[in-house]
Amino acid sequence: DHNGQCEITGQQDGGTLELEKEQQACKKVRKQMSEELEAEGSGESPDCDWSLLPQELLLHIFQHLPLLDRAYASQVCRGWNEAFHMPELWRCFEFELNQPASSYLKATHPDLIKQIIKRHSNHLQYVSFKVDSSTESAEAACDILSQLVNCSLKTLGLISTARPSFMEVPKSHFISALTVVFVNSKSLSSLKIDDTPVDDPSLKVLVANNSDTLKLLKMSSCPHVSPAGILCVADQCHGLRELALNYHLLSDDLLLALSSEKHVHLEHLRIDVVSENPGQHFHTIKKSSWDAMVRHSPTFNLVMYFFLYEDEFGPFFNDEIPITHLYFGRSVSKEVLGRVGLHCPRLVELVVCANGLRPLDEELIRIAKRCTQLSAIGLGECEVTCSAFVEFVKMCGRRLSQLSIMEEVLIPDHKYSLDEIHWEVSKHLGRVWFPDMMPTW
Amino acid sequence: NPNPRPRSCNHAPNVGKVFEVSAAVLVSPPSVDFCSTLISMVVNSVHWFRKGLRLHDNPALQEALNGADTVRCVYILDPWFAGAANVGINRWRFLLEALEDLDSSLKKLNSRLFVVRGQPTDVFPRLFKEWNVTRLTLEYDPEPYGKERDGAIIKMAQEFGVETAVRNSHTLYNLDRIIEMNNNSPPLTFKRFQTIVSRLELPRRPLAPITQQQMNRCPTQIPDNHDQLYSIPSLEELGFRTEGLPPAVWRGGESEALERLSRHLDKKVWVASTRVKTCSLYASPTGLSPYLRFGCLSCRVLYYNLREIYMKLCKRSTPPLSLYGQLLWREFFYTAATNNPNFDRMEGNPICVQIPWDQNPEALAKWAEGRTGFPWIDAIMTQLRQEGWIHHRARHAVACFLTRGDLWISWESGMKVFEELLLDADWSVNAGSWMWLSCSAFFQQFFHCYCPVGFGRRTDPSGDYIRRYIPILKDYPNRYIYEPWNAPESLQKAANCVVGVHYPKPMINHAEGSRLNIERMKQVYQQLSHYRGLSKKPHQSMNIMHQNVWLDQKWSDVASC
Repeated sequence: DHNGQCEITGQQDGGTLELEKEQQACKKVRKQMSEELEAEGSGESPDCDWSLLPQELLLHIFQHLPLLDRAYASQVCRGWNEAFHMPELWRCFEFELNQPASSYLKATHPDLIKQIIKRHSNHLQYVSFKVDSSTESAEAACDILSQLVNCSLKTLGLISTARPSFMEVPKSHFISALTVVFVNSKSLSSLKIDDTPVDDPSLKVLVANNSDTLKLLKMSSCPHVSPAGILCVADQCHGLRELALNYHLLSDDLLLALSSEKHVHLEHLRIDVVSENPGQHFHTIKKSSWDAMVRHSPTFNLVMYFFLYEDEFGPFFNDEIPITHLYFGRSVSKEVLGRVGLHCPRLVELVVCANGLRPLDEELIRIAKRCTQLSAIGLGECEVTCSAFVEFVKMCGRRLSQLSIMEEVLIPDHKYSLDEIHWEVSKHLGRVWFPDMMPTW
Repeated sequence: NPNPRPRSCNHAPNVGKVFEVSAAVLVSPPSVDFCSTLISMVVNSVHWFRKGLRLHDNPALQEALNGADTVRCVYILDPWFAGAANVGINRWRFLLEALEDLDSSLKKLNSRLFVVRGQPTDVFPRLFKEWNVTRLTLEYDPEPYGKERDGAIIKMAQEFGVETAVRNSHTLYNLDRIIEMNNNSPPLTFKRFQTIVSRLELPRRPLAPITQQQMNRCPTQIPDNHDQLYSIPSLEELGFRTEGLPPAVWRGGESEALERLSRHLDKKVWVASTRVKTCSLYASPTGLSPYLRFGCLSCRVLYYNLREIYMKLCKRSTPPLSLYGQLLWREFFYTAATNNPNFDRMEGNPICVQIPWDQNPEALAKWAEGRTGFPWIDAIMTQLRQEGWIHHRARHAVACFLTRGDLWISWESGMKVFEELLLDADWSVNAGSWMWLSCSAFFQQFFHCYCPVGFGRRTDPSGDYIRRYIPILKDYPNRYIYEPWNAPESLQKAANCVVGVHYPKPMINHAEGSRLNIERMKQVYQQLSHYRGLSKKPHQSMNIMHQNVWLDQKWSDVASC
C-alpha cells in the first residue's frame, strides 16, 4: 500500500535496531522534559508541547502512519513538514499506476509522484511499480523510471496486476527506462521484471553494473530474452540466489553456471513451462546438469509450473529431476504422474488441476512411497477411489500439512463412503480434515 | 391493534375518531383481547406476496386468514421499473406465470390475486385507506435490501394503525439463530455451517395449503373492474418484444413446482440407493431451483419429503446432511448475506478479498453473449440466455473463465449477467457463489483452474451439448469440437465453419492466461498472508497452495465441533 512499509518490499532491518533507536529517543525526551522541569523550578509540569518531540521519535511515529495520514500531519507545522521529508521515510515506495477505465484501484497521485522525483529520488532504495492493464499506466511507470537518475536502488519490481501492459509499451522506450536504473543503481539486489520486453543487451547492462549485488531475478515470460542472455547473468552474478524464468531459457550451460564453484548456493529456481502452440517440442535437460545443481546447492527449491497439452510431456520426467514444487496447470496424464512418482524424490508440493476420468490410485500410492518429503498435495478434476486415497494418506501420515482435494475427486467404494472418508483421513493426518467443496445450486 | 374500528361505521363518524385519538395516546398497543372487550372490530387482511408465491406452507398467509373478515392477496409491481431493472425476459416470464398460477389457484377459492402497479411506499397508504386494512402479513425476507424495505413498510403500517405479522418460511431455519450459535457471526465455511445446522432442531414442519373453508370465512371483495385495475401485466406491457420468443423451458408457478416435486422424488427413490454420478447439462423436468428461489415451492416441503424418502429406504435414523445438498447451500449463502448489505460487491465487503480485477467491457460482452471462441463457454452462455438455467458444473466453468481462470474480470460483472438471465439467481446465493467461484471469499484454494477445452470435453465427450447450442459447429468431429481453431483448414471448410469467419477465434490463449492469473492470485494472497503475519518474506513464497490466511480461525472453528 501507499505507506511505503519497508517490510513489504523486502528490507531486512532488524526490529531490534528500531527498538533501540526508539528507546534512545524516548530517553532524550525524558531528559529534555526533566531539564525543563528543573529550569522552571516550580514543580509544575510543562505543557505538553508536541514541537518538543525529537526528530527520531517523529520519524518512528511517521513510519507507522499510512502515507495519507503522514501527508496530513506534514501540513501541521514546519517541523513536522521537515520530518515528513526525512530520507528514511522515502526508502520504500510503491507506485500504483491505474486508469479509471481499466481498474477499480486508486492510483498514486501525480503530484505526489512529481514531489518524490524532485525531492526524494536519491533516497529511494526499494521501489515497485504496480500497473493495471492499460498501456498508459505502463508508460507512466517507464517515465518515472527514466527520471530516477540519482537513484541507487536495491530493489525494483515491475508488477502488472492484470494484463501484462509493459509488453504494450514500445520496446525501446521500456529498455531505455530500465537501463537508466541499471546504470545508476550499481547495487541492485532484487529485480522483478516478469512479463516485460527486457532483452539480452539490457541484461548485459544489468550485469555490467550490478553483478556483485544481484541476488534475486524474476523474469518469467520475457520473450525477448534468449538462453545466451540469461547465461550471461548466471556467469557473472555469482551471488544470485533466486531465479525465475521460462523453460525455453533453461539450458545445461545455465545450470552448470549456477553450480560453478564461484557461485553461491542457489536457494530458489522457478521455471514456467508454457505451450505456445499445440504439439510444441521442448528440449531436454541432462540429468547430469540437475545432479550438479543438487551437489552444489543441496537445499535449493526447484519450482516448476506446467501449462502444456497432455501430449507435450514427452521430454519431461524421464530421468530423475530434483523438483520440489510441481504444478500442473492443465490436464496431465496418468502416465506422466506415474513418471513423477518414479523420478521426483525431492518432491514437497504437488498440484494437479486435472487428470481425466480414470482413477489415479497407483500413481498416488507410488508418490506416497517414493516422495518421502511430500507435505502438500492438491487435486482438482481428478478421480481417486476412497480406499486408495486413505492408503495414500496413511502412507504420508502427519507430514501432509496441506491436503486440498475437491469433493468430486473421491469415488466411494466398498470400503468407504463419502461420509466416512473424512474421519479416516482425519485420523491418519492427526487433525480434522474434509474435502474442498463447490456450491451446487 | 392500536386502531380498532367499530363494526358499523355508519354511526357518527366521530366515534371512530374518538377511538383513533385514544389509540394514538396509548404507548403500546393493547392486547387483542382487551380491544375486543371494548368493541368488536373488523379484521381486513392484506397478504403481500413478494417471494413465497404459493398457497402451501405459507404461515404468513395463514396468519392473514386467521380470524379475518376479509382477505386480499396483493403483489406489487412497477412496470416502469421493470424496464430499468437488470432482469431478463425469461425471469419476467417466469414471474408472470407464477402470478397467473397464484391467481388461478385463488380463483378456485373464490378469491383473486390483486396485482397493484407502483412502489410499495406509494401503494400501501392508498390501499390501507381504500380497503380499511387492519392487518398486513408478509413472509420474512432475510436479504438486507428486503429487511430495509420491510422495516420501512412495517413502520408505515404502524403509523396507519395496521397490525403487521411477519413469518419466516423462505429459509429452512431462523438464520439469526444460526448466526447466534456461531459466536454471532455467520459461518463462512460450508463444513462449519453444516456442523451448526446439525445441532439445531429440525426445521419447522410445513403447513398445509390454505383451504376453501378458511377462505370462506374471510371472503375477498372482488370489484367488477378487477381485471382492469389489478390484472397481471403481460410481457409486452413490461416493454419486451415477444415475436419469435420460444416457449419457456421452465414454466413458472406453484402448480408446476409441485408436479416437479413429485417427479423429483420419484427419481430420488432410486438415487438414494445407488450413488449415481450423473451430470445432465440439459434442463431437467425435475429441476427445482427456480421454484425455490421464487418460493413457488416451499424449501421445507422439499426438505421433509427428502427426509421421509430416505428414512423409508435406508431405515437409518438420521439422514446425512449431504441429502439436502442444494437446500443447505442456499441456506448457507442466505445466512452469510443476511447482515451484510455489501455482500454483492467487493469494495466495502468485509468477507471479500480485494483483488485487482481488470476492467474490460469488450471482453465482458464477448463472455456474456457467448462469443468467446471457446465452444464450451459459448454453449453454456447460450443455454443460459435462451433458457434461464445451466448446470452447476457449467456455472463453475463460465465463472472461472470470466474471473480467476482466464479473463480476470470482476465477479461482480458476472454476477450481474447471471442476475439478468438466471432463473434461480437469489441475490444472496448468486453473489455468494460468484465470490466462491472466483476465490474471493470463503477460503477457497485457487489452484484448480477449469480448462475451457478440457473440462468441457470431460463433462460431455460426445460434444452434443455444443452442437445443440452452437449449431454452426455441428459438423465438427468430437476431436475438434471443443477447440475448433486447432482443426486443419480443410476440415474447417468441410464443416462449413471457418474459425475467424463463421465462428470467432479464441479470445485468449488459455495457457498464457491461466499462468498469468495464477501469478496474480498468488500476489494477492501472499500480501494477505503477510499482513496476517503468516509469512515473513512475501515475495519468496514458493508454495502454490496458499496457507489459509484465516487458517487459525478455520481449523479451530471446526476442531471445536
